[in-house]
Amino acid sequence: MQNKTKIILFVSLFVLIAFFLVVDLILGSVSIPGEKIMAILMGEDVKASWNYIILNFRLPKALTAILVGAGLSVSGLMMQTLFRNPLAGPYVLGISSGASLGVALMVMASVLLPGVFGVVYSFLGSWALVVSAIAGASIIFIIIGMASIRISDSVSLLIIGIMFGSITGAVVNILQYFSDPEQLQSFIVWTFGSLSGVTWNEMRLMAPIVILGLLLSIALIKPMDALLLGENYARGVGISVNRTRIWVIISTALVAGTLTAFAGPIAFIGVAVPHMARAIFGTASHKVLLPAVVFIGAALMLVCDILSQVPGSQTTLPINSVTAIFGGPVVIWVIVRSRSVKASFS
Amino acid sequence: MDNKYFKEILETKDLSIGYKEKRGDDLCLLSGLNLTIRRGELVCLLGPNGSGKSTLMRTIAGLQSPLKGRTLVEGIPIKERNFSEIARLLSIVLTERLQVGNLSVYHIVSLGRHPYTSWMGRLSDKDESMIRWALEQVGLWQYANKFINQLSDGERQRVMIAKALAQDTPLIMLDEPTAHLDLPNRVEIMHLLRSLAKETDKAILLSTHELDLALQAADIIWLMSKNNDLKIGAPEDLVLSGSIENTFKNKSFNFDRKSGNFIMNYQKKQKIQLIGNDVMGFWTRRALSREGYQVTSEETDNCSIYLIEDRMEWQIHKDGKVTSCASIQELLLRLNKYL
Repeated sequence: MQNKTKIILFVSLFVLIAFFLVVDLILGSVSIPGEKIMAILMGEDVKASWNYIILNFRLPKALTAILVGAGLSVSGLMMQTLFRNPLAGPYVLGISSGASLGVALMVMASVLLPGVFGVVYSFLGSWALVVSAIAGASIIFIIIGMASIRISDSVSLLIIGIMFGSITGAVVNILQYFSDPEQLQSFIVWTFGSLSGVTWNEMRLMAPIVILGLLLSIALIKPMDALLLGENYARGVGISVNRTRIWVIISTALVAGTLTAFAGPIAFIGVAVPHMARAIFGTASHKVLLPAVVFIGAALMLVCDILSQVPGSQTTLPINSVTAIFGGPVVIWVIVRSRSVKASFS
Repeated sequence: MDNKYFKEILETKDLSIGYKEKRGDDLCLLSGLNLTIRRGELVCLLGPNGSGKSTLMRTIAGLQSPLKGRTLVEGIPIKERNFSEIARLLSIVLTERLQVGNLSVYHIVSLGRHPYTSWMGRLSDKDESMIRWALEQVGLWQYANKFINQLSDGERQRVMIAKALAQDTPLIMLDEPTAHLDLPNRVEIMHLLRSLAKETDKAILLSTHELDLALQAADIIWLMSKNNDLKIGAPEDLVLSGSIENTFKNKSFNFDRKSGNFIMNYQKKQKIQLIGNDVMGFWTRRALSREGYQVTSEETDNCSIYLIEDRMEWQIHKDGKVTSCASIQELLLRLNKYL
């Protein structure tokens, strides 16, 4: 593919993102005309309730969609390259399972230890879920990180991550079995994923961490390209594979752990978007793929957010289902048409 | 070139290779190795499976630490260097097939410039001209924009050699570079490596199972045998001294010093006289020995075979009767019936 074609693709993706962003701001249960939205974004005071909805609800939600789409896709891309596995995604290391365990403990274990968790809950308030998810993800991350220093092959690491996922999943199941229907429901609602839970207050923590993770991945472009040739060739051209692996895990844990904490375990995007990027841009080079997955991930997540509001109705669907139902067929179509998975992971 | 010009590119000093055991004694495969490779030399490391070829290669490349002693490339000890410094001293080409397809040939060769580029991997003019030069050396410049999965196995191996050339190291190491290739490609790769060693003045070390190709292409052969022994010499010296014969000795075949080939040992059948020389005689003799006959030029009790070269005809003379055959296949069938 010529460089010119790539630039055209990137420009069109950018235009698409801008378009979806506007649509995402316009659509919602309260209808606000498009020109008024522009005025509100410019800082004009149009109508107090409209201003509030746009600035404090729809705008942070749209930005969350962009961050989630971009962050999870970049994490997925790096995991797929590191593990040389097309099924890898940001969650293969068990980080989201860790987060679920944290949330499950916070929501449901209050039955078992009402005193302790009651105190914690009242102390943290609205941050309770986020803090417990980050704590759960961090514990798994520390275990995986220690394992990655000791274990020098990526496949064993992949299996260990999957095993941790199963173990934490089982613990979550046991917790569910013993918990009240009410608590069970609030946990299940969390697992549906949600982009609307992020306020500006939380955005102040989430955005910098995700952006830091993305900047880290820019520094990893060169070693990741070398890793495409296999670990031995990568060492042969002077790449320290162990160091690269640790940095990839750190940046993925930061991004995926944080996003899961704030928006719930949004599956699918991280596995699917890298495949779409490879199919559309026809290359395995990370210098192209990294910006490509950022753009495609952001665009796809915005579309999913638009669809989840079921335009023209008052209902909102869980974002986790929308990403899979809408994104699944798209990815299947892209893969069947271009056969790029085989070219990338033969 | 750097400030010093080393005639010897690779030197090992009292090197012992093997595996460190956590408990008990270390498993030592070879010890006291003082090996050298000079500028422009093609060295082939030969030996049966399990003789420790890979261990020696890995140790020299710094991927595995030696039990004792050290390796120097242009006077610089490998052991004390990190990956990116080693990558400027030696480049490697592996047996394994690349698992990625949608990367351009140019991009793959450009990965050889990694030790010289910044953290962003931006290619300078010098990098680009090195990549072009490397691709021209292996004759693939016109394929620069093709994807690696559009290339044949032989071309892919040449791309990896170009990657090693682009890495601009005094030593290039190749681990069984011809393992997956068919005969014409094997010959071509060996020929290419030999001329690269001569033209670029680099030292090239490759491990291989291809005894016949190594005998023809190598300047020096390092011959490993299973009883922890390494013999070094020009290919012809190793043949004359019988080292190759001893190393590859086996119940079912022999190394023939005269022809430089392996000869399979078949059960011995009757003696047959063969009259006729030249190419036709050579191939008839081969066919007869494969069938287990002992071929001589003297008269025997059994039968004689006369070659009529201008008509491409084989005549079997037995008890005064003459039978002619039009092909070796027919000749062998008839002999089976008669004897």
